[in-house]
Amino acid sequence: MKEEKEESNRRNFLKLGLLAGTATIAGFGLKNKIFAGDIEETGEKVKVLTTDGRVVEVDSSMVAHPSEAKLAQFNVREGIPGKKFIMVIDLARCANARKCVEGCQSMHGMLPPIEYIKVKKMQDSDLGAPYWFPQTCYQCDNPPCTKVCPVDATFKRSDGIVGIDSDRCIGCKFCMAACPYSARTFNFGRPEQKEFSEKHNADKDKCCATKSSTEGTVSKCDFCPESSAKGILPSCVSECPNGTIFFGDELEDAVTNGEETFRLSELLKKRAGYRQFEELGTKPRVYYLPPVERNFPFEEATEVHNQVE
Amino acid sequence: MSEKIINEEKTTYETFTQEEYMVMKGDLLRPVQHIGKWGKIWIGFLIAVCLAGVYAYYIQETKSKYVTVSLRDYTMWGVYISNFVFFVALSLIGVLMSAVLKLTHFEWYRPLSRIAEVIAVAAIMLAGVSIVAAMGRPDRLHYLLLHGRIQSPIVWDIIVILTYVTTSIILLFIPMIPSMSTCKNHLTGKPKWQMKMYDILSFGWEGTPAQWKSLKKSVKILTVLVIPLGVSIHTVTAWLFATTLRSEWDSTNFGAYFVSGAFLLGVAGMIVAISVIRKTYKLENYLTPMHFDKLGRALVMMSFIYIYFNINEYLVPAYKMSGLHANHLINLFVGEEALFYWSVVLFGMVIPATLPLIPAVRKPLPLTIIAFGVVIAAWFKRYLIVIPGLAHPYLPIQDVPASWKHYTPSLIEMTIVAATFAAMLLIVTIFSRFFPIISVWEVAEGKLEGKDEIINYK
Repeated sequence: MKEEKEESNRRNFLKLGLLAGTATIAGFGLKNKIFAGDIEETGEKVKVLTTDGRVVEVDSSMVAHPSEAKLAQFNVREGIPGKKFIMVIDLARCANARKCVEGCQSMHGMLPPIEYIKVKKMQDSDLGAPYWFPQTCYQCDNPPCTKVCPVDATFKRSDGIVGIDSDRCIGCKFCMAACPYSARTFNFGRPEQKEFSEKHNADKDKCCATKSSTEGTVSKCDFCPESSAKGILPSCVSECPNGTIFFGDELEDAVTNGEETFRLSELLKKRAGYRQFEELGTKPRVYYLPPVERNFPFEEATEVHNQVE
Repeated sequence: MSEKIINEEKTTYETFTQEEYMVMKGDLLRPVQHIGKWGKIWIGFLIAVCLAGVYAYYIQETKSKYVTVSLRDYTMWGVYISNFVFFVALSLIGVLMSAVLKLTHFEWYRPLSRIAEVIAVAAIMLAGVSIVAAMGRPDRLHYLLLHGRIQSPIVWDIIVILTYVTTSIILLFIPMIPSMSTCKNHLTGKPKWQMKMYDILSFGWEGTPAQWKSLKKSVKILTVLVIPLGVSIHTVTAWLFATTLRSEWDSTNFGAYFVSGAFLLGVAGMIVAISVIRKTYKLENYLTPMHFDKLGRALVMMSFIYIYFNINEYLVPAYKMSGLHANHLINLFVGEEALFYWSVVLFGMVIPATLPLIPAVRKPLPLTIIAFGVVIAAWFKRYLIVIPGLAHPYLPIQDVPASWKHYTPSLIEMTIVAATFAAMLLIVTIFSRFFPIISVWEVAEGKLEGKDEIINYK
């Protein structure tokens, strides 16, 4: 009796072990499938660094872009896991070339006079020197806009971005009243804009989680999170001929303008980075480097850009 | 104890002169009994303006708002929002002219209470309409219920306004139950459905002591309840502005400032209302020069209170002239809006605070003119609170088309605003044509209880 029971216990154990083994193999297969997917071998070899420090050559199809994988399950409201986007604008480099404005407009399918990024002439005091001031949405860490939204259409994400769900927005414009930086813009359905949006329907919102062409809703700069997830810099950063705008990840402690990369903490320390209207307590995610030792002398803008109604 | 009260009430009604009561009943039912030619023309006119507003709204919603509405990114809130604030303020008339006077035993409230309450109900409804007109996506209105978040002041406002509307409607209709019975028994030659309506709305009223007792008890509870509710609706409406970081609204004074303004508007609105009603419906015996005298005094007091809050709101920041406030304040005091601003101060505060101090000015005609000025100024005051500051944000407005810099309401916007006014007057007019606008029983009761104040008034 007793022996028989032991025998059966052993048999069960073996069964369990076999099952576990099968599951592991199956899991492995599944895992491979997830990473490799249906991608066929490209024949192109790439060098990768293994965890133990060896450089090996593998087929490029074997290398999955983790950020793209993350993007596949990327929830607009939650944000990209493991990221904390941040921007640094070097006022010493801005010459009001307005390429950031134009790049942004073409990226988001907007026509002037709507600008998600504006370049303003600032002069802090009568004797103070004027300077150009590119201004985006500051993606504040204590955002006054998301607090007041009655329907949770604008929200703070884990990656630092303040997003807008244009399918949710009821167009009360309370967030616009709440934003002390006037960063938000409302889609009043300007006829030229409507026509343009319809025509370019296919390539609209090619970079962004939030749709900018929904009439009767609020939209704004959103740091182009889907481009960022793919490792592509926002248009305003890459289009700037002077490398004024730096974009990066606070967790990586690095920002880049596409050509130069800086350690964020050192850059802010060395160049005395500051945030606009710190006293409002909004905790912006956009830092400015003061316009000292400028690359360009300040020149008055000779033309006005947005005169057309 | 309770029996004693019942007996007392019984005696009150029994000692009332039947003859006097019948005359009064006839007078107060007259507007309901007979609608003259001008009455019909007036209603027709109001309906026409309302329809114009509906058509304007149709255009606004079907065509591009960039074309139909003057709002732009900087001035994103325009006349719809200031009109909303005006109507919320006006709806406090019910609190002041009915509830407060009733609870503080000012017997002269009696002929005023129903007028005040119906204006309050109409105004708060039109406040809601104004807000919907301001929405970018009115088709998503129900999202407020589906996705409403309690941290948003808009949701607070919806909650308190809905509660206030409900309470005000109940408070309007409960004291009307005996009046419905009166209508049912004394009106003649009215269509069947109208008589049926009176029958239903009188809820089987027989005037038994037990019914009177429960009626008075409910009215008292609601009267007490409506005061904090009224104060909250306007305070929360003030918070819609004060909870933002904008310098022109960044004030701890805002709730009290709005409520005091609403009380001033309430008194002025009441003066205009009774002045029109007593003339058109020939109710001079009930809305007497005494009422104008009392309301004139109230107007002075409320003006001074409002001036006090205005000093806090404008002169204290102006003394400091911090960089944050300077642009906006200079614009109001000596800039583009100066004429506008000082006219509102003159007609909306200085005149009502001083002129009615002279007894001769507290006569119906001069006081009505002053009060009418206060009502107009009050509308523009809300305009000045909401709109000009938006054109002076912290960061300068640069390189934008001309229409983005300065807001002037469009024809569509003004038509809709005019329609909200017409709709409010229409609600009050229609109400007064179906129900006695002055409560028969409340006045009858007052003639006995408040004899000294009403009959022996000099």
